[in-house]
Amino acid sequence: MAWDRNQMAARAAQELQDGWYVNLGIGIPTLVSNYIPEGVEVTLQSENGMLGMGPFPIEGEEDADLINAGKQTITELPQTAYFDSAQSFAMIRGGKIAMAILGAMEVAENGDLANWMIPGKLVKGMGGAMDLVAGVGRVVVVMDHANKHGQSKVLTECTLPLTGKGVVDRIITNLGVLDVVEGGLKIVECAEGVSEEELRAATEATIVN
Amino acid sequence: MKKVYPNAAAALDGLLHDGMFIAAGGFGLCGIPELLLDAIKEAGTKDLTFASNNAGVDDFGIGILLQTKQVKKMISSYVGENAEFMRQYLSGELELEFNPQGTLAERMRAGGAGIPGFFTKTGVGTVIAEGKLEKQFPTGENGAMEDYIMEEGIFADLAIVKAWKADETGNLVFRKTARNFNVPAATCGKVCVVEVEEIVPTGSLDPDSIHLPGIYVHRIIKGEHEKRIEQRTVRPREEA
Repeated sequence: MAWDRNQMAARAAQELQDGWYVNLGIGIPTLVSNYIPEGVEVTLQSENGMLGMGPFPIEGEEDADLINAGKQTITELPQTAYFDSAQSFAMIRGGKIAMAILGAMEVAENGDLANWMIPGKLVKGMGGAMDLVAGVGRVVVVMDHANKHGQSKVLTECTLPLTGKGVVDRIITNLGVLDVVEGGLKIVECAEGVSEEELRAATEATIVN
Repeated sequence: MKKVYPNAAAALDGLLHDGMFIAAGGFGLCGIPELLLDAIKEAGTKDLTFASNNAGVDDFGIGILLQTKQVKKMISSYVGENAEFMRQYLSGELELEFNPQGTLAERMRAGGAGIPGFFTKTGVGTVIAEGKLEKQFPTGENGAMEDYIMEEGIFADLAIVKAWKADETGNLVFRKTARNFNVPAATCGKVCVVEVEEIVPTGSLDPDSIHLPGIYVHRIIKGEHEKRIEQRTVRPREEA
């Protein structure tokens, strides 16, 4: 029952449409590129200044001048273009990127997203997350439904400092898919082996019909 | 006017003073002005404020200036991967201003373009918006009003950047993702010093393929770069 990391990534990949430019966050979102459906061509943006991000290099062909936003060595593709950070975020802020798929610590029923800091813990910074959620066409969050203490991460209201206010469109968790709609969240589908009752019970946020 | 200098120390001569504000290019350890940072360490200039997306690692990049306690304040979007940074920050020795990455890049670009402030949606409704001027613009669907916050352009005393190639007049070409913050950082300094891997004769770069024109560049040095890789990720050869 419930989806594992790869099944969540595969489900998130179903969100992609042919011709889209998309930005994938670090963690499970990165796995989405392994499941891009047949016949769908998407161009991956890396916010450090690249469109057309390719796979990891073959051992021995790593290039220090070619990394992704997670600072990992990557490769280029025939359609690759490079640009500076100001232009990179101009295309993000300007709404040219159709979708961002990101991880999260908390999401609220009004679309609020928290994924950058836990007060009292080591804060590393928001990187490009605030710009992405404020600028891209559609924001899809992929995360576990509950934290490691078993508490719902899908909340009536975020408790952590926000990354963006009212920015999330769709939430994909190990238990299912929910959309942010007027008045709360709407169940789109349940993960394999998960009943609607189980999904509701695991969700703190208001679920509307 | 000659822009080419023999080494980093010579190129920074007369430009450094305690308490100054430096904009630095680079993303992670990619495309950082490593030779100029070394020279600033040697010069011992103190109480520096850096606008730089990251703070390097403990022994490379801006990290080496943290070891020698030459940095007073960082303006950055992400500072993980640096234990000494965290120690100084948590003990209150180091000031830190988090900027969203795109806001930081645009602040540099704006400063270099003579724009002291601009409005952005990034950070609206978050701690980043606290104390900032808010304004609404009719950018939503059917002219609906949307919230924006004002961010200020960065006007630095000095910009230090790393490019791949320069000609003798300072026209620059960058390589792959090492371009990153180097372009906006170069433009927002009163003076811009560039380190490159190769200086080519003027006239040998294609004028249509120059990433940053020499008007932004005041001093150039050529040197050997370590170009350290932060996260080496590979796939097996048989998969290819």
